[in-house]
Amino acid sequence: MNRFAALIEALAFEPRRLAKLTLMEEYFRSVPDPDRGYCLAALCGVLNLPTAKPALLRQLISERTDPVLFALSYDYVGDLSETIALLWPAPSGDPMRDIPIGTIVETLRRASRREVPGLVAGWLDTLEERGRWALLKLMTGGLRIGVSASLAKHALARFGQTEAAAIEEIWHGLEPPYASLFAWLEGRGGRPDPGQALTFRSPMLAHPVEDEDFDRLDPREFSAEWKWDGIRVQAAGRLRGNAAEIRLFSRSGDDITAAFPDLAGALHFDGVIDGELVVLEGETVAPFSAVQQRLNRKSVSARLMAEFPAHLIAYDCLFAGEEDLRALPLDARQGRLEMLVADHGGRLRPSPALAFESWADLAAQRAQSAGHPAIEGVMLKRLASPYLAGRPKGHWYKWKRDPGLVDCVLMYAQRGHGKRSSYYSDFTFGVWDGDRLVPVGKAYFGFSDAELIELDRFVRQNTTNRFGPVREVVHDARTGLVLEIAFEGLQASTRHKSGIAMRFPRIHRIRWDKPPGEADRLTTLQSALARASVPSGAPDA
Amino acid sequence: MPRAIRRGPRYVKGKRSLLAPSPPGPLLAIRPETLLHPRPEGLYCPPGDFHIDPLRPVARALITHAHSDHARPGHGHVLATRETLDIMRIRLGEGFCASEQAIPFGESLTHGGVRISFHPAGHVLGSAQIALEWQGCRIVVSGDYKRRPDPTAEPFALQTCDVFVTEATFGLPVFRHPDPRDEAGRLLASLARFPERTHLIGAYSLGKAQRMIRLLRDCGHDAPILLHGALEKVTQYYEARGIMLGPLEPVAGSKGHDRAGQIVLCPPSALADRWSRRFADPVTAVASGWMRIRARARQRGAEIPMVISDHADWPELQQTILDTGAGEIWVTHGQEDALVHWCQQRGLAARPLRLVGYGEEEAA
Repeated sequence: MNRFAALIEALAFEPRRLAKLTLMEEYFRSVPDPDRGYCLAALCGVLNLPTAKPALLRQLISERTDPVLFALSYDYVGDLSETIALLWPAPSGDPMRDIPIGTIVETLRRASRREVPGLVAGWLDTLEERGRWALLKLMTGGLRIGVSASLAKHALARFGQTEAAAIEEIWHGLEPPYASLFAWLEGRGGRPDPGQALTFRSPMLAHPVEDEDFDRLDPREFSAEWKWDGIRVQAAGRLRGNAAEIRLFSRSGDDITAAFPDLAGALHFDGVIDGELVVLEGETVAPFSAVQQRLNRKSVSARLMAEFPAHLIAYDCLFAGEEDLRALPLDARQGRLEMLVADHGGRLRPSPALAFESWADLAAQRAQSAGHPAIEGVMLKRLASPYLAGRPKGHWYKWKRDPGLVDCVLMYAQRGHGKRSSYYSDFTFGVWDGDRLVPVGKAYFGFSDAELIELDRFVRQNTTNRFGPVREVVHDARTGLVLEIAFEGLQASTRHKSGIAMRFPRIHRIRWDKPPGEADRLTTLQSALARASVPSGAPDA
Repeated sequence: MPRAIRRGPRYVKGKRSLLAPSPPGPLLAIRPETLLHPRPEGLYCPPGDFHIDPLRPVARALITHAHSDHARPGHGHVLATRETLDIMRIRLGEGFCASEQAIPFGESLTHGGVRISFHPAGHVLGSAQIALEWQGCRIVVSGDYKRRPDPTAEPFALQTCDVFVTEATFGLPVFRHPDPRDEAGRLLASLARFPERTHLIGAYSLGKAQRMIRLLRDCGHDAPILLHGALEKVTQYYEARGIMLGPLEPVAGSKGHDRAGQIVLCPPSALADRWSRRFADPVTAVASGWMRIRARARQRGAEIPMVISDHADWPELQQTILDTGAGEIWVTHGQEDALVHWCQQRGLAARPLRLVGYGEEEAA
């Protein structure tokens, strides 16, 4: 547990991506099976343990500490796992021993519910503080250390000197502790065969198109379709007689089938399809906020499924049956996609191609879509493009609609992390509501390095208050700094005081010239939000 | 450490448990408050007409140690150890008080009928506990203290007393300081792993920084250590008092390309300062007892939080209170509620003094 604990603690305090990769790679290299495999599962969030509920942990600690001291400590520390790890009375006499993560996981898996409290207490008695903390984090689920499954697999790929895509393709056929995977990565065994398992294939991603690109791109070589504001999914299916086995993967390879049983249950095909998961309201694609209602849920209620029915807009086909189509050109794959889903029910819709003569023609259609809250813009795909993992150049482009722009006033600034740790680089800004400012968002990019230095200087010279790492800067009608913020969309939000949340806000321009009193008002955003929520004359799916 | 903190007072038949309340001592002839009591400007001793670690300028001050929250400028006469006086002069300048008097550890003098003696507190170089005796009552004011070995401070010398006035900076059972060598080991492991990056350690300029340097030397790090300007004078003073710290260089004079893979010490406030931008891709470490709490470590932006403290942790506070044999415990500053509760559970008279103003230098 100590090695695992040291790793997750170092990862939790390490802001740099590259350093996180190094830490994980080193761990995989120096820790034996099965410990490293269970660690990998924990990092990827797929380690299922008979969960020790917070109630059990509270009971264990209440048997061992004075309730007043526990309450004062919990109040001070703020995190239950950490409080218990710190408070746990270490038995005097017995030297602390390490228990490998593998032993703990395997013992917990075999244990009956009745045995769990005694086992957990025994381990907590034996482990040192860091180990206790890691054990409690492991059991309460969700490490929250800033490592995604894809980052962990990336580190694994570096360790095995292979591509992350090669790991993704077999990942969903493997189980912790992944002994065969490590054997292959260390050159001690062949590549594990995913067998009959439905696995994830690394998706093909698009580049943003720049204005100057259009001069060298021939519209006749491209197909165009709407860029829907849903979530990118890969649906893998296999038919067994009349029954279909379906798995849905997110763009990063997480298995999200359990969150969308309505969609998974309605799909019926043999192959791998790339598409966008959206919610339909009648025949209209609903805004992203509808999809958001369905995200991050372990189980989903019938009411939620009826209110926000999930659909798949399919735009590509990677496999038809066992046949790998990825080397074929896009138009051939689209033909195969049509055949594959020809007699499919209403939950799966092919992505309609947009007819256009010229880029100007397409630009006009893109501009007309402005009223549709679920359309982000247009996708351009080269008809001859093979399906390539990653973000290859010259094949696919995303041509997003121009962002919304709003003039906001800088209210608070927070220091950044890593290289930016001495700079105030995270900015909270607001708009006027009557004669006071309400925060509407936070942005930490969009500016150049030179602008960051100027912004940092402004924050340091205009601080009116400090709260830990946060500084409040002067913001009244006459003095302060106006930031022109670009954003991709607006959503109603109960979590923000202003009632509005911005998608993807970034600093578009610093308006050194503009007095704060002339910044935008909340009513401007409210009416923009109201317009976006009422689809009118919008294209259907 | 004592385990049975969940239990109330208890007696073990036949022998006195460590955790059982002390049997009532001989009745004191005086109320201890007549010898020492809190006032807005700090702890005051009426028969001697002096203050201990006063927060505002007073006529006569006894100073436990030179941290700025305990050792303030502008007093009339100051009584302290030689080291404390010297460090006060370095940090506050000549004329930090009207007149000064040095007292060696263990020696006593009598003022206004009050016998005064200073005893090592183990907190920083020259730090003292102050014992006052008057009419059969002995009160010990701990100042800040720790009991773990620290080659840069005189080792804590336990004083028995009737009333023990203790700090409680880390007065919660979640604070149990680990072995500092393990903490330093994590820093050195990072240095080995990222040899191209500067390792920047935020450490309080008096005490922690010098202890940190000594600790790194004891862990085998022989390379020159670079110092922020704010650390130089006090560090030189430590060396002048015979504490070997190995090769040290000012950051100001060092060349940019040399700093990769080097250890640089600075006050914690400099980590977030523009000063830190001169280093290429630095790794930020913070050495402080507060690093025990991960949320606080993250708030500080620590990438390597090192739990290294010059204060007593929870078990040390408990052990020391019991070891002094005091029947009455006054808690000056820190997490006093938990410590007072624990004392009362043990049948010890305990109360918080709620002195406002201590703990500021190290919280900064």
